[in-house]
Amino acid sequence: MSSEHTAHTGSHHTEVENWNGASEPFKASYGKLMMWYFLLSDAFTFSAFLIAYGTLRFSMPTWPVPDFVFSGLPGGIHHKPLIFVTIMTFVLIASSVTMVRAVQEGHRENKKGVVFWMILTIIGGLGFLGCQAWEWTTLIGGEKMSITRNPFGTHIENGTYLEGDGHDIKAGDSFTKGSSYLIHYHDGHFQPLKYKTEGGEVKTQQMGPKAFGALFFFITGFHGFHVFSGVVFLLIIALNVASGLYARRNNKYEMVEKIGLYWHFVDLVWVFVFLVFYLL
Amino acid sequence: MSHLSYEESKKLVMKGLIILAIVTLAEVFVALLGKGYLVKDFHLPVWLMYILMIVMSLYKAYFIVYYFMHMKYEVPGLVKSVLLPTLLLVWAVIAFFTEGKTWHDWRAQKNDRPIGSLTGLVDEKAKDVKSSGHGTVDQKENQLAPAHQDTLTKKDEHGDHSNDAETKKEAPSHH
Repeated sequence: MSSEHTAHTGSHHTEVENWNGASEPFKASYGKLMMWYFLLSDAFTFSAFLIAYGTLRFSMPTWPVPDFVFSGLPGGIHHKPLIFVTIMTFVLIASSVTMVRAVQEGHRENKKGVVFWMILTIIGGLGFLGCQAWEWTTLIGGEKMSITRNPFGTHIENGTYLEGDGHDIKAGDSFTKGSSYLIHYHDGHFQPLKYKTEGGEVKTQQMGPKAFGALFFFITGFHGFHVFSGVVFLLIIALNVASGLYARRNNKYEMVEKIGLYWHFVDLVWVFVFLVFYLL
Repeated sequence: MSHLSYEESKKLVMKGLIILAIVTLAEVFVALLGKGYLVKDFHLPVWLMYILMIVMSLYKAYFIVYYFMHMKYEVPGLVKSVLLPTLLLVWAVIAFFTEGKTWHDWRAQKNDRPIGSLTGLVDEKAKDVKSSGHGTVDQKENQLAPAHQDTLTKKDEHGDHSNDAETKKEAPSHH
């Protein structure tokens, strides 16, 4: 590192022996370096949330099966596990790709190109937020999940339903240990169903671990807020690009590169949110 | 700063899009196949499914950081100062997940003992305790799985009337 450092300072600032703010350590500007360290600290924050999720999940006797919980699509389509969230993932990946293109056009000092690809990136970000809004609306408004309430339970033994719920379950349907259910909300109340175990006992469905709701809304909300902030910054920077501000700085649109780092990080975090919430 | 020509980097972007899309589809495929949605009565072993999904996610993370975020073209000092600290997370994952498992075992242990309404349905032993003593449906409903016990008691505090007696009355009338 030291040799690169000297080589670097030697070529640009011959008068500077050590870094005193005039030359760049790691051959990266102050802004870019600090963006990296901000992202590192943000990665720790997200990791802490996801590790809390894992710890609580491990501590519970049951946990809602994600491909049961997340199986709806807009337009009243049900029982298509993980399809909607895969679409959301593609939207975010696509917006990451358009962001790379914006940075590349920035390196060529192509103002029009930068604006064009940044607008596409913003549209992708808004599309992702729209998907998330739909998902939250369904969970909060339709299924009545909240941060202290989780109607998604999991069976801990095999059995047979004694009554139907007017949706998918009919009296006499049997279920197996480990399968999840949703306790529907009607007429101002949750309506848990009665069922008979293989041993002949009659029991009633129980609500799921409520930590599930709190963790889901908090973690996807924190990520969604990152996406939202990213869209706001992208918008501001796109306007600055269009106004010619960065062209005058003559530094290959470094600001676009920095917001690009942030935007890719948001995509990176989603890779892990997608993994722990929806896949595992 | 890029070491690639403009045309080369444009190609890399397309390659990245295709790789990330394919790996994501593969992850979803493994999840659906492994959990028995695609082929009837076919499941992958859980450990295999988890390893595949975690490895694929880590690959996606590597690709995003190294190519999209250009980490590949940064000097080694920068790379190390950003990536090495994340190794601390390995400790955090091991420590906290072990702790979570311990909480789980404590809960199960606690529910082996027939104290109050805390008789759980967690395992076979707890089941025996339960089925030995009670006759009516109503009593059995008070015996909740541990994770769900506090959900219902908490709801009482909130004045949410969806529990016990009320739901019992309404549930059968609904179809």
